[in-house]
Amino acid sequence: MTRELLTGNAAAAWGARLSDVDYVPAYPITPQTEIIETLARWIADGALRARLVTMDSEHSMLTAAGAAAATGARVFTASSSQGLVYGFEMLYSVAGWRVPLVLVNVSRALASPITLEPDHNDVLAARDSGFLQLHAETCQEVLDSVLMAHRLAEHREVLLPAIVNLDGFHLSFTREPVDVPPPDAVRDFLPAYAPPSARFAASHATAQGVAVLGSSAYSFFKYQMQRAAEAALDVQATVADEFAARFGRRYGAVEACMLDDADYVVVMSNSFSTVGKAEVGRLRAAGERIGLLRLRLIRPFPHGEIARLLTGRRAVAVIDQNLSVGKGGILFAEVASALRGPGAPPLVSFVGGLGGRRFRSDEFDLIADRLRVAVTEGGSAEPHLLFSEAEHRQILDMLRLAGHAAPEA
Amino acid sequence: MPLRREIYRSIKDIPREEYLAGGTGLCGGCGGLLALRLFHKALGPNAVFVNAAGCLTLLAVFPFSPFRSSWLYTAMASAPAGAQGIRDALDVLIAKGRLAQEEDLEVVVVTGDGAAHGIGLQATLAAIHRGLDFYYFCYDNEAFANTGFQTSPASPRGSATATAPAGSPARKQDLFGLWRAAGPAFLATVSPAYPLDLMDKVARASRIPGPKLFVSLSACPPGWGVDPADSVEIAKLAVDTGVWPLKEMRDGEVVHTVVPHRTLPVEEYLRRQARYRHLFEPSRRDDVLRELQAEVDRYWATPPR
Repeated sequence: MTRELLTGNAAAAWGARLSDVDYVPAYPITPQTEIIETLARWIADGALRARLVTMDSEHSMLTAAGAAAATGARVFTASSSQGLVYGFEMLYSVAGWRVPLVLVNVSRALASPITLEPDHNDVLAARDSGFLQLHAETCQEVLDSVLMAHRLAEHREVLLPAIVNLDGFHLSFTREPVDVPPPDAVRDFLPAYAPPSARFAASHATAQGVAVLGSSAYSFFKYQMQRAAEAALDVQATVADEFAARFGRRYGAVEACMLDDADYVVVMSNSFSTVGKAEVGRLRAAGERIGLLRLRLIRPFPHGEIARLLTGRRAVAVIDQNLSVGKGGILFAEVASALRGPGAPPLVSFVGGLGGRRFRSDEFDLIADRLRVAVTEGGSAEPHLLFSEAEHRQILDMLRLAGHAAPEA
Repeated sequence: MPLRREIYRSIKDIPREEYLAGGTGLCGGCGGLLALRLFHKALGPNAVFVNAAGCLTLLAVFPFSPFRSSWLYTAMASAPAGAQGIRDALDVLIAKGRLAQEEDLEVVVVTGDGAAHGIGLQATLAAIHRGLDFYYFCYDNEAFANTGFQTSPASPRGSATATAPAGSPARKQDLFGLWRAAGPAFLATVSPAYPLDLMDKVARASRIPGPKLFVSLSACPPGWGVDPADSVEIAKLAVDTGVWPLKEMRDGEVVHTVVPHRTLPVEEYLRRQARYRHLFEPSRRDDVLRELQAEVDRYWATPPR
């Protein structure tokens, strides 16, 4: 095992290289491009025996990825933001083909307005497509998740594609120490892909992706996907155990941080959880019995695990780095759906981190205050939109510069 | 100088093997299906057809497929990208020894004109540009026929559709020319009324690596308003009046493989189809008919080379 300083993008590329992928259909987009550049270099050097083809769009890229996987190749691809939503039609299509490809999404907020820094509206838009979703906090977790995603997706009871998500800039371009496992050990953990019987070859004609007429056949195949995703919960636990035994790092469906005696819990995901953990530690040092639950496996959604860890707490805040306009935080609604019956804590919703916006320390003080209030006054589905006085003043200045009269504060 | 036919010189040279069974859900007299059946005979059985949304999507409906070969339905816009993925995967798996060489397949995109123009053209030009070793078979029924015959970029000027009841306003977009500009290895127009010409082109193309593209004018009996029994005759009239030139391009040169005598005016082709009825009833539109004849005459005065 070698320890290297890797960006999140380089860690994703190492994940693909160690997975010994056969095929990489590609299309550049910031902040993902370093992944495909790295893989292209390795393929040119002969370090990775695969073919990389630059397609004409993410829609074509996902089509090629799915078709190659349906032919029996192990496929890796990567995208981000506008690219992911440009290819959106094919997310549903290839998931329905039941092909176990792995897509790394480097989160970036969606236009309009067009921007570069991360939030999770891009990847969460894909949450209903049939792709499994693993959301990573660190560069190490990015590499490890790519290996585990291939194992999970290729499992005979699963056979669904998987997305590994990392935050643009904050992870994609941040170097962290990463243990790069030896190729032999990865080969033992992830043997060469042996596709199921439905693949394209001269000796056995097969029709894939065919139309259905009538709702029964349609429902049947969609329900099969649901059952496969449910099975992926158990498979993920087994894969995580085996990964921990081989490589010494354990990844659950969720990560419990300082939860043992916590009265209050904040729920977060992805790289900003690192900030959340530090803030929760600070609040703990000041005497708050507070902890953090990080959502890692978004699809399948670990309802049971979340209910087990949150039931009985005094109050829970979900911090969403996304905004379902007209609803609020997407993960708030998902977490709320897991918590019913006796002991279900009151829930409060916060939206922050949009377009890469940093969380401020005093915002976690505010969250702690609201959690205390929720114990007596109950929770609310109404999202708190985090924005500071200083930011507001800055925007008013910009509006004046742009020739607009500043609206009343 | 027309090309001499090399392999399919007589109707007796057409193999009896059927790779595409009858009894599908397609309309009677579908010109696209007839052309595809001939195309498949010339190609042989080891093929995978990569389909975009259109009439022929209804060939493979769970749990049936009429093909003895393989099939993948992709989406409206990206069948050529699906062909890229299959071709690349076959190459890589064979190179790595995970698939035997004899398992290799010809990869064939099959779409209508709706998916070949507009929405699917980007993926097609990209596949040609990359030099992908594949076939593209386009059945051109001159409209979005599967959704009820709306105007597509391939609808000829004056042809009535569900979205242009008084006649499509623009000239038919030149798919042959668009594809040619991207630099394919082989390019041909075909017609189900000229089976030997069609199959000989497939045979010639099969010796050439790279993008090999075919567009077949394909009568659509319900959309064109012709009797299904007359589908082949209409297809023949399209060639014989000069409306649908049969040609191929190899090494950058275009050769016309059938040069029609054009003893019949274009009008003879048009008047047989309900989609042109408004040019004859209630009053004869000589202005439009003259323009449509002039378009064909201009083509044959200086045919592309």
